[in-house]
Amino acid sequence: MKYLEEFRDPELAKLLAKTIQRKAEKITQIKVMEVCGTHTMAIARYGIRKILPSNIELISGPGCPVCVTPNSYLDKAIAFARLDGMIITTFGDMMRVPGSSTSLEKERAVGCDIRIVYSTIDALNIAKKNSDKKIIFLGVGFETTAPTIAASLIKAREENVQNYFVYCAHKTMPRPMEVIAGNPGVKINGFICPAHVSTIIGSKPYEFLAEKYGKCCVIAGFEPLDILEAIDMLLNQFINNRPAVEIQYSRVATVEGNPIALKLMSEVFEECTSDWRGIGTIPGSGLKLAQKYRAFDAERVFSVKVEPTKENSACICGQVMQGISKPIDCALFTTACTPENPVGACMVSSEGSCAAWYKYERS
Amino acid sequence: MENNNILLGHGSGGTLSHALIAELFLKYFNDPALLQLDDAARLNFSAENIIFSTDSYVVDPIFFPGGDIGKIAVCGTVNDLAMLGARPLFLSVGFILEEGFSVAQLELILKSMQDSAEEAQVRIVTGDTKVVPHGAVDKIFINTSGIGEPISGAHVSGHNAQIGDVIIINGPIAQHGIAVMASREGLKLEVNIETDAAPLNHLVAEILETVPEIHALRDPTRGGIATTLNEIARQSKIAIKIVESALPILPQVQSACEILGLDPLYIANEGKCLVFCPAPKVDQVLTIMQKYKYGQNACIIGEVIGDPPGKVFMETAIGGQRIIDMLAGEQLPRIC
Repeated sequence: MKYLEEFRDPELAKLLAKTIQRKAEKITQIKVMEVCGTHTMAIARYGIRKILPSNIELISGPGCPVCVTPNSYLDKAIAFARLDGMIITTFGDMMRVPGSSTSLEKERAVGCDIRIVYSTIDALNIAKKNSDKKIIFLGVGFETTAPTIAASLIKAREENVQNYFVYCAHKTMPRPMEVIAGNPGVKINGFICPAHVSTIIGSKPYEFLAEKYGKCCVIAGFEPLDILEAIDMLLNQFINNRPAVEIQYSRVATVEGNPIALKLMSEVFEECTSDWRGIGTIPGSGLKLAQKYRAFDAERVFSVKVEPTKENSACICGQVMQGISKPIDCALFTTACTPENPVGACMVSSEGSCAAWYKYERS
Repeated sequence: MENNNILLGHGSGGTLSHALIAELFLKYFNDPALLQLDDAARLNFSAENIIFSTDSYVVDPIFFPGGDIGKIAVCGTVNDLAMLGARPLFLSVGFILEEGFSVAQLELILKSMQDSAEEAQVRIVTGDTKVVPHGAVDKIFINTSGIGEPISGAHVSGHNAQIGDVIIINGPIAQHGIAVMASREGLKLEVNIETDAAPLNHLVAEILETVPEIHALRDPTRGGIATTLNEIARQSKIAIKIVESALPILPQVQSACEILGLDPLYIANEGKCLVFCPAPKVDQVLTIMQKYKYGQNACIIGEVIGDPPGKVFMETAIGGQRIIDMLAGEQLPRIC
């Protein structure tokens, strides 16, 4: 098994598409939200909408970490970057995200030391090699990345690295799905639940969505056959009126999740209220550093003056992320807002719904 | 060489410069025209028109699996000439060196340039070296310019692609960009991915001599095949359809792209060419390409269609369809 081509087999895809077509004839309509940005991208990249019957609607959700990070976070990260002797380390896709007046990429061009890393351990190594500098890692992302940040902090603490800090804006998954499930304006029948978040947290945290809100849920992998099979499973739940949480991505995700990763997270983080760009404040949807790790908290250690946050009022990223609107409903889409000059976060991130629509689904 | 590192004096034009040229450059570059050490090279050849190209090379890191900055500085310009239907003949080389640059590394680069020039059978006939203070450039920048003579009968241009043309590529995509990125970022991928940098002029020459009806040729370097196909679609005012399942890509390159969240269609190549071939000539062209080391895995990846002009589409692996656009900005590795 290479875990790639096997899940892109055109013949199997055709078979699944036929099965889905047959089942779709039994219903009037089903609206399914793919929560995770990587699903959004895969659906667009493989042209999955084009092979689905028209009464199955796929709607993108709030699961792109860059998209849901508020402007104010970027503004503060940029203020940190301008401090003397500071090295900012970040995953690549934060670079181009526009803050209120500038971006990390633009600040790097005028001399700030901002480095893309592929792992938090790389960031920690930069700290060890530059003991005369302060290193802040931009901790953005969901449960998928949070354990790796936790691991770097545990290591930093063990090795007494005193110049490594994290600017923490981690978010966690099931709560925003509840906000969407409970919003009468968003008529969603089911969720394609995130793949990698679910490998960490397992399937249990989603169960209330089926029990309390009657939403069909399937944890799906990111390959085209995974997504098609998940849609087929969602149709079964919907037709039989038996909402549940099922795991399609069984080669990786389990009911209980990954105990090692969960332990790392509970060691380093504690739950907090978090601000989701375009959606608002959601209690219990974020992670902050636990008491024991406060010495690594960039926000506590460095005080900076941050410019007043500005948002473009015409941008409808918030509605797009909640499944209320589609990218094409936005007046800025492809005119004022393009991947070269993104206005909203959904266009900046390669996994944002607007970027996916722009890249793959314009015709 | 007395010094292990390049000094500002090596670019002064004085004795250090002369020592550098005599002891290092001429050890590898020994074309009779260059050995005159005049300000310019006198070249004896005649052609009604010439094909002329220039390119600068600033890759970081300067050494990477399967190649180095010197290899791509020669192959890149050779290929640019070849893609316009030329037989590359002469190259100039200009070096900008950073003060403190390792002489041993410079020697490796010079050797690599000479090896590539020999393989391409192109003559390095003139050159220049400047040294700038530490920090003014990153180790070494190289410019090469090249002159070629047109292959008679060939009329290839990005403006010439025609409806019905079949699009052929000479081998797997995205190796160079991934090799360089993995090397630059110190990614431990546990597989070996080497650059595909190679001179394609011999392969191209035989194609054009045998099948002068070829409409367009281009090497999909920066921006990958997606960008090159978009350029040709716009220049020729045609649409292009490619087939995802037909795209050749090495499994290790595919895996690296998956891990990093990069689309191989947008990753640079340094030894690939896209051939826009009239349908009746396809078998003949494939047979020629497959004879060559750099064309063994040549295959068809798509075709030119009429509408809508300027657009590139891909039939996806599972039978869907999507648009392939130009790359916006640089590709950035993603969070998760």
